[in-house]
Amino acid sequence: MAAPPRPDSLALLDRLMAALEAKGIVTEAEIAERQANTDKASPETGARMVAKAWTDPAYRQLLLTDGKAAAEAMGVSMAGAPPLGVLENTPTRHHLVVCTLCSCYPRAVLGYPPNWYKSFAYRSRAVREPRAVLAEWGLNLPDSVEVRVVDSTADYRWMVLPMRPAGTEGWDEARLASLVTRDALVGVAVAKPA
Amino acid sequence: MSDDTPIPATHDIGGLARFHCTPVEHDEVPPDGFGRKVDALRQVLAQKGLMTVDELRRGIESIPEPEYFALGYYERWLRSITALMIEKGHVQKDVME
Repeated sequence: MAAPPRPDSLALLDRLMAALEAKGIVTEAEIAERQANTDKASPETGARMVAKAWTDPAYRQLLLTDGKAAAEAMGVSMAGAPPLGVLENTPTRHHLVVCTLCSCYPRAVLGYPPNWYKSFAYRSRAVREPRAVLAEWGLNLPDSVEVRVVDSTADYRWMVLPMRPAGTEGWDEARLASLVTRDALVGVAVAKPA
Repeated sequence: MSDDTPIPATHDIGGLARFHCTPVEHDEVPPDGFGRKVDALRQVLAQKGLMTVDELRRGIESIPEPEYFALGYYERWLRSITALMIEKGHVQKDVME
């Protein structure tokens, strides 16, 4: 597990905040408000986008063409966010998203990146031995499925459109969204079975 | 690797053999109060036009290697943000002490 911050880091944050407040640059209140807003973002948004794409061909087209516009169509503010690319899994191709350089992640639609996404092991191994990483997580893909790994960057973020599980014909969007986990949106898993 | 291939920078760890035998730990602990506050501070400073994501990256990527791997994720962010605020003259250097 990630180690807690060191005492000297906690003290540095207090000193930096005090110095910035003394200069009138930021206030504790605006930091707290921004934090509360950030806490609200969650993978449920990405899951709703996928569920809509499974049921609405026009939205699916928009999602695959311009993910940022597709997020905005769901009422998500993408102001200042880099473009969002969405990659469609098929019976012969599976996508896996990583940020080898740090932690780039479509936070507006998925929330904070989890610690494992930011870990040195995931960042280094996902591009070298993706099938081994996926197998460790319980996803064993047959050789007939190509694995395509994409590197998210500060300037372009990626999300996966998983395949719709069998046996979900006639399901409404809310029920479909319940099958779409964050892991499926990153590509370390597939959507849950019906 | 030919002799003229540059050694990757510290943060450029895609494919690095160093971590090949390290399992990816399923760490689902959400960011703690410290991390979320550093995260919010970065966003507010960016909104005010006082720093950019690229500047944050430069600060993180210039942390010396032993510290880069020893510090936590948001500790690296805080180091970078603090260095940037000093570099730009928004706070005094003694904030580090």
